[in-house]
Amino acid sequence: MPIGLIIDTMKKLIPALALFSLLAGGSAHAQLTIEIAGTGANRIPIAVPDFGGDPANARALLGVLRSDLETSGQFKLVTSEAPMTESSTVDYSGFKDKGADAVVAGSLATSAQGRLEARYRLYDVNKRVALSGAAYLTAPTHLRAAAHRIADDVHEKLTGEKGVFSTRIAYVTKSNGRYQLQIADADGQNAQAALVSREPIMSPTWSPDGGRIAYVSFENKKPIIYIHSLASGQRHTLANFKGSNSAPAWSPDGRRLAIVLTKDGRSQIYLINADGSGLQRLSSSSGIDTEPRFSPDGGHIYFTSDRGGSPQIYRMSASGGDAQRISFEGSYNVTPRPSPDGKSLAFISRRDGHFQLAVMDIANRQIQVLTDSRKDESPTFAPNGRMILIATEIGGRGVLSSVSIDGKIKQRLSIGSGDVREPTWGPYAH
Amino acid sequence: MKKLLLIAPLLALLLTGCPSTPIKEAPVEDRQGSQAVTTVVAGDQKVTGLPLDLTDPKSTLYKRVVYFDLDKYDIKDEYKDLVAAHAKFLVSHRDFKMLIQGHTDERGSREYNLSLGQKRAEAVKRNLILLGAKEDQVEAVSFGKEKPAAEGHDEAAWAQNRRAQMLYKGVTGSGEF
Repeated sequence: MPIGLIIDTMKKLIPALALFSLLAGGSAHAQLTIEIAGTGANRIPIAVPDFGGDPANARALLGVLRSDLETSGQFKLVTSEAPMTESSTVDYSGFKDKGADAVVAGSLATSAQGRLEARYRLYDVNKRVALSGAAYLTAPTHLRAAAHRIADDVHEKLTGEKGVFSTRIAYVTKSNGRYQLQIADADGQNAQAALVSREPIMSPTWSPDGGRIAYVSFENKKPIIYIHSLASGQRHTLANFKGSNSAPAWSPDGRRLAIVLTKDGRSQIYLINADGSGLQRLSSSSGIDTEPRFSPDGGHIYFTSDRGGSPQIYRMSASGGDAQRISFEGSYNVTPRPSPDGKSLAFISRRDGHFQLAVMDIANRQIQVLTDSRKDESPTFAPNGRMILIATEIGGRGVLSSVSIDGKIKQRLSIGSGDVREPTWGPYAH
Repeated sequence: MKKLLLIAPLLALLLTGCPSTPIKEAPVEDRQGSQAVTTVVAGDQKVTGLPLDLTDPKSTLYKRVVYFDLDKYDIKDEYKDLVAAHAKFLVSHRDFKMLIQGHTDERGSREYNLSLGQKRAEAVKRNLILLGAKEDQVEAVSFGKEKPAAEGHDEAAWAQNRRAQMLYKGVTGSGEF
C-alpha cells in the first residue's frame, strides 16, 4: 500500500482507537476528548507510578497529573505496577526495559496545619539522574492545582517548553436563553461564572496580568465594552459611545485597549486607556476595520479590514497610520491572532464556504490550514504558543477544540449542555 | 517545616553517585485569593408602556422588522413604506427615541458580522433622517449574529436573520430599551 493510503487509513482508525473521555468531577461537568491525528507523533514515554501517602488523595492527584501529561499529546504513559515515592531507589534498568524515558515518583503527606504536601522527583531513565523535584504545600481542596504544577515542571524539563496546565481559559456559554461568561482551568475543570445574562456576551479577552477580562455585553440592548475584575466581580464600562462598541484588545502592558466603535460612521479602530479616558482614533478607511490585536512587542496592530473589497488581514503601527495587507489568498481572511513569540499568526480562512483555522509564518508568509472543519471561530493561543483553542461546531453544537500549532494534535472540549463559544486563553499564573 | 529540612539531606544520600537534587518547597497559589471568581448577574430590563400606535397588532407601526438580501445593506422597495411610516411617527413625536438593531445570518466571524449588521441598522437610520427624524432621536447598533430570530442552518433561517429591528422608547424612559 502506498504510504499516503496507509496514513489516511490510520488517521481514520486512530481516532476510533485513541478516543477516550475523562468524566469530570467539577461543577461544570466538562468532558475532554482527545483525538490524535496522524501517526508517530513523537511522544515521550513516561512512567508515573502510584504515589505514596493517603490513597484517596494520591489517586486524586495522580488522576489530574496523568491526564495533564497524556492529553498534552506530548507524553505516552507507560504502565508501572509497583508504587514508588520520591525517596525510593530508582530501578533505572527496569524502567528502561518497560520503554520509559522518564519517571515521576512522589508521595502525599499531611502537614501539621492539616495542609497536604505533595512531593515528587522527576528522573531521566537514560542519564540515570534526577532532573527535578519539589514539594508543594496545598489545602486538600486544591490538590488539582498541585498536580498541574507538577505537570508543568515535568513538561518544561522534558520538552524545553513551559507547560500551560496551571493556566485558565474563559469562554461564553449559551443555554436555555441564558448566557454566561465562564472561567475555568485550562482542562475545562473548576468552571465558575463571572457574568450571567439574558443577553449575549461576546469577545472576552484576558488582561495581561490575568486578573481582569474585557468583553462586550448586550445587557443594555446594544453592544457595550466592560472591564471586569474577576476576583471582586467589580466592573466598569470601558466604552459606551453612540452606536456599537466592540472588539476589545489589550496592549501588552495592560494600560490601553484597542477597540472598535461605530460612533463616527462605519466600524473603525480606536485606542483608549483602561480607565475609559483618552480616546484616540487609529484607523481611517472607507470600509470596515475591526478585530484589532496587538503584536506581542506592542509595536503593531493586526486587524481585519474590507477596505479592499473583501475582508482581509492588515497590519499597522500601534500609533495608527498606513496599513499593509498581510493576507492575499482567497476572499475571506479574518480574526488575526499573533502567537506569543510574534512569529506566527493564527486566523480564520474561508475556503469553499468552510471557515477553517489557518496559521501563517509571518516572516515567509507561508500558510498552513490546520483543520478541515466548517465553522471554526475565535482562535486563541496558549501562552507557550504550542496549542490554539478555537470554537467550532460538532453535531450541531458549539464546542471548543484545541489544535497544536503543527496541526498534529486535536482535542475536543465540550462543556455541559448548550453551546460554547468565544474562548480566550489566559496568561501564565502570576 | 523542620521535618522537611531533615528529609532533604537523607534523600540526597540515596541518589546514586550524582549531586543531590534538592526538593524545592513552594506553596501552591490559593484558589480563594487571586484565582477566585465572583459572579455578576446582569440586570433584566422590563418592557413598559408605549402608545397603542406602536403596540396594537393591527397598527402598521407594530411591524418593526426590515429584512435584507444576502450581502446587501440597502432597503428593499417592499420596506420603504414601512420605514416611511416610522419616520412619520418620529417626526410627530419628538419625545420618542428609536434604537435600531442590525443583524446578520450565522456565517462568519462574530466581530465582522457585528460590523455588517451595523450597516443594516445605519441604512434604516439614514432613511429615517432623510425623511425628517432627528439625529439624536435614532441610534443604530448591531447584534451581528448573536441573536438569530431563527435557529436553523439553512437559507430559510438565514433569510429571517438578515434584518434590522426597530425599538421605541418614550422620553420618560418607558419603552423597549
